[in-house]
Amino acid sequence: MAETGRLTKVATPAPAIAPVTLLRVAIILALLAIWEFLSHSGWLYRDVVPSLLAIGRAVVELLTHGEYYFNLGVTAAEVGFALLIGGGGGVIVGIVLGANRFLAKAYEPYLYYLGPTPKIIFFPIMIMYFGVGPESKVALGTLSCFFPVALSVTAGMRSIDSILIRVGKSFRANSWQMVTKIYLPAMRHPIINGVRLGLGVALIGVLLAETKLSNKGIGFLIIQAYSIFDMPRMYAMLIVLFVLSIGANALVGRLGGLHTIRRI
Amino acid sequence: MSAQAQKRASFADYAPAATGVGTVLAFFLIMELLVQTGMVNRFIVPPPSEIIGSFGRVIVEEHVFSRFLQTLIECLTAGVMLTVFGVAGGVVMNRYKLLQQACETWVAAMASAPIVLMYPLFLVIFGRSAWTIIMMGFLAALPPVILKTIEGISGTRKVLVNVGRSFNLTPSQQFWKILFPAALPNIFVGIRLGLIFALINIVGVEFLINYGGLGQLINDLAERYDLAGTYAAICFVILVSVLFFMVLEKIERWLRPVD
Repeated sequence: MAETGRLTKVATPAPAIAPVTLLRVAIILALLAIWEFLSHSGWLYRDVVPSLLAIGRAVVELLTHGEYYFNLGVTAAEVGFALLIGGGGGVIVGIVLGANRFLAKAYEPYLYYLGPTPKIIFFPIMIMYFGVGPESKVALGTLSCFFPVALSVTAGMRSIDSILIRVGKSFRANSWQMVTKIYLPAMRHPIINGVRLGLGVALIGVLLAETKLSNKGIGFLIIQAYSIFDMPRMYAMLIVLFVLSIGANALVGRLGGLHTIRRI
Repeated sequence: MSAQAQKRASFADYAPAATGVGTVLAFFLIMELLVQTGMVNRFIVPPPSEIIGSFGRVIVEEHVFSRFLQTLIECLTAGVMLTVFGVAGGVVMNRYKLLQQACETWVAAMASAPIVLMYPLFLVIFGRSAWTIIMMGFLAALPPVILKTIEGISGTRKVLVNVGRSFNLTPSQQFWKILFPAALPNIFVGIRLGLIFALINIVGVEFLINYGGLGQLINDLAERYDLAGTYAAICFVILVSVLFFMVLEKIERWLRPVD
């Protein structure tokens, strides 16, 4: 049966272009056409829908200027530090809560309900603590990404196969060895998932804080483009930012081997 | 003996919760001491007693309830739009498999993009109005509703679909009598997630553009350097959002059939 199945699969000729790809291209082209039509129709305010050519030019201009890369570096560093501090803290808290039922019962509800509250409202406090520089943005990013990582790791700790834990204990592994040899490798999937979620919210936290009060970073550039009403530049920045953040998200997932785990 | 065991059991039940509450209270007490003794600058961290004292003032003088109502209305408007467009989008994508194959990854990618950063763009389109806030909440929360709707419909048990087939149902009957009711629990999960996302983004954008309900209150008080008031307002927003999540969870549990 398996043999014939394989044979028929080989025998059916695949179309030159898959229909899904065709549809995707068609949708993109249709959207671009509608956009271009709207920009020339004069139905909307001028500049709200700039022509594709203007946006394309703005993207090229953006990517060829050193200024953008400097600000991108600032934002990336802020997000990186936030992820390091908040994510690291989240992993530690997650392991502690996941390993101890009593502590989990005591503190997990706070994490669970505080997790999805809007973090940007803490920004005035962060400014008071850390000043108007990049430190307050890092602090906000840290606060944002701590919760998803901690919750994900706590859940991950609980789902570790008890056999693995018993193996570690029967080898008389100490706490540090348990963490590095058993817990962390067994929780690769939830940790990476938590980091992915954390990366997303840290990025949002940092960028929003930058739009509120800063003098460098991508968020600052976006709000600057808004204040001088340079719409093509704003679209260009949003497009590049979206591509970068979606790419970073996919990269974290791929590095963590999420696709291989799913296949199993 | 059994009474003793029961007593012990009830103590064991409450001990973790008591520890949690105790830790929070101890934290506030220590902060109060640190501030009162001058080890922490009171112009950066107001003493917790002052924050509690300013609750009444903030509630009365800053019209917290009308602000709360405003945020709630924005959130519910976004919620209605989410339900209509998100569920419809999910249903359409599930109906046309090719469309689903083409667009599902796009929607998932949208979920990981910082959509809320588009708020300056919406400021230009809608002006500094409630619609900017609502649209931001709506757009940022749309992907989970669509994805969960698709997941719900395509996860309908084969037996149910076959029952429909054996009754010779038309496609629309099959959808309304079998697929949609079976997908409802998942759709509600999506709507709950969507409402949470919408609330986060709505309060955030209110704060950022200094317009509207609870988010603006925090911005206002912070700009007036009313620190105790700012902290009180932040506590209030956190309380409101936690209550909001709890209510949504209760509704979802109530709607979800026991399975």
